[in-house]
Amino acid sequence: MSIDESTAARVAKLARIKVEPDALPALAGEFNTILGFIEQLNEVDIEGVEPMVSVTPQVLKRRADVVTDGDQQARILSNAPDAREGFFAVPKVVE
Amino acid sequence: MTKLNELGLAAARDALRAGETTSKELTQACLEAIEGAGMLNAFVHQTPELAMERAAQADVRIAQGNAPSMCGLPVGIKDLFCTKGVASQAGSRILEGFLPEYESTVSQNLADAGAVMLGKLNMDEFAMGSSNETSVYGNAVNPWRRNDEDTALTPGGSSGGSAAAVAADLCLAATGTDTGGSIRQPAAFTGIVGIKPTYGRCSRWGIVAFASSLDQAGPMTKTVRDAAIMLEAMSGHDPKDSTSADLAVPDFEAALTGDIRGKKIGIPKEYRMDGMPPEIENLWQEGIAMMKDAGAEIIDISLPHTKYALPAYYVIAPAEASSNLARYDGVRYGHRAKLDQGDGITEMYEKTRAEGFGAEVQRRVMIGTYVLSAGFYDAYYNRARKVRTLIKRDFELAFDQGVDAILTPATPSSAFGLGEMTDADPVAMYLNDVFTVTVNLAGLPGVAVPTGVDRQGLPLGLQLIGRPWEEADLLNTAFALENAAGFVAKPAKWW
Repeated sequence: MSIDESTAARVAKLARIKVEPDALPALAGEFNTILGFIEQLNEVDIEGVEPMVSVTPQVLKRRADVVTDGDQQARILSNAPDAREGFFAVPKVVE
Repeated sequence: MTKLNELGLAAARDALRAGETTSKELTQACLEAIEGAGMLNAFVHQTPELAMERAAQADVRIAQGNAPSMCGLPVGIKDLFCTKGVASQAGSRILEGFLPEYESTVSQNLADAGAVMLGKLNMDEFAMGSSNETSVYGNAVNPWRRNDEDTALTPGGSSGGSAAAVAADLCLAATGTDTGGSIRQPAAFTGIVGIKPTYGRCSRWGIVAFASSLDQAGPMTKTVRDAAIMLEAMSGHDPKDSTSADLAVPDFEAALTGDIRGKKIGIPKEYRMDGMPPEIENLWQEGIAMMKDAGAEIIDISLPHTKYALPAYYVIAPAEASSNLARYDGVRYGHRAKLDQGDGITEMYEKTRAEGFGAEVQRRVMIGTYVLSAGFYDAYYNRARKVRTLIKRDFELAFDQGVDAILTPATPSSAFGLGEMTDADPVAMYLNDVFTVTVNLAGLPGVAVPTGVDRQGLPLGLQLIGRPWEEADLLNTAFALENAAGFVAKPAKWW
């Protein structure tokens, strides 16, 4: 599997990272190096092997479905790059 | 006369309890050492007022006779841990200015045990790196140098600041985190002890996430005894992390008898890599001889899927990272890019992440995005998870043979020069973790112990891998290795 520039551009778009067009060839080259390394996995016989879900055999704990926290608007907004009137502010989403 | 900042945790604890010194004096000595070590770039956010305040409180508790296990002991905290009101950036530009409103469980556990935080330590951005060179703060520098040279060397990574700070006696000990070797490799590069416990031993809550199924916190210390003391303080069940184990934490220090007679130590043949420097092979053989002399039985074992651990890791870790790092969108915290007229929310995301993430983080997020994307999920992600199952099974079969611990080299080389790997392809840097990454994939505890120096005068370490949840036994084996190796070398001060 070889990644070309248009695939690299598509992956950058999916990852929501802006990549300038002149940086795409180098990026595609790095992807190909890393994926070439990963290709070794094709040598392994994985017939009948289950994919790992949890590294330690454990059942995730459950807790009661109740409110345990809240009423912390100021603390939640304290690190926001742009907070207005008690909300996170972002550029206009709907035209 | 040993300076106060040169003490380890156990020695300082005993001196405090004997009334020979105070936490204020210890803390002051560390703060002065930090002040004079700017060239190492280890501490990136210092909290001297907070430290002196906690030291004063500790002195009161010690005087009252109700001091908890780490009362008054000054430590450094890796920048990956969220600390309330103190900058916590994960070495990234995207978290510039972020001041957590909460404290990570591990750093809270340490505070509850009386430890004094001196500040935050340098690291690779989001813990992605093996040389501390991906940090937004610039690289940390190894206090060790090659004989008769002044080339600046890497302290390793990602916990490079922690390793440099402990090796240079800027703090008594430090926290690290380990996703593929990020505690053990820097520990080996700087001649200190570092243990990654069993997955689930330490809570991950409040630690900036990289790859959640692999990440574990652990201590980086001057001795195995110190590692036992600090790991016990860091560990424990936490309802806020559903993968944290609800198991009692043993008294790790009490397990240190140094008696390993009759223990079975496995030597995996697959860890003898092509092109491995003879010094690493010699170090390993010396370690095997030390274990044998201490009365352990040496058993040759096979871990046949070892060679596939790094390729599996470089699918699983980036996949999880791409998901975890989706939260950095410029909306709720951290950096937001300046937008041009007409830019919408998509441009905000894309520009923010391009400006906020460094090159290695961008690369891994995109690789992760690719292996999880439609059409490739089975071929890459599911295949890697199946190989991970086989890697874990290799270890289970070895332990089923009665093996108590596995002895391997910690790293394929000693510390390399900063900038030496700049022109190499990314995979060359990834090979640093060849001996450590299997342990994360299998969720096992692993400890790096310094056992020698190479002909350049740089420290080298061996790794011991233990059974799940048996850190106590593993630390005891490490203690026996430490006693036999008698490693006492320290870097000559040049900074």
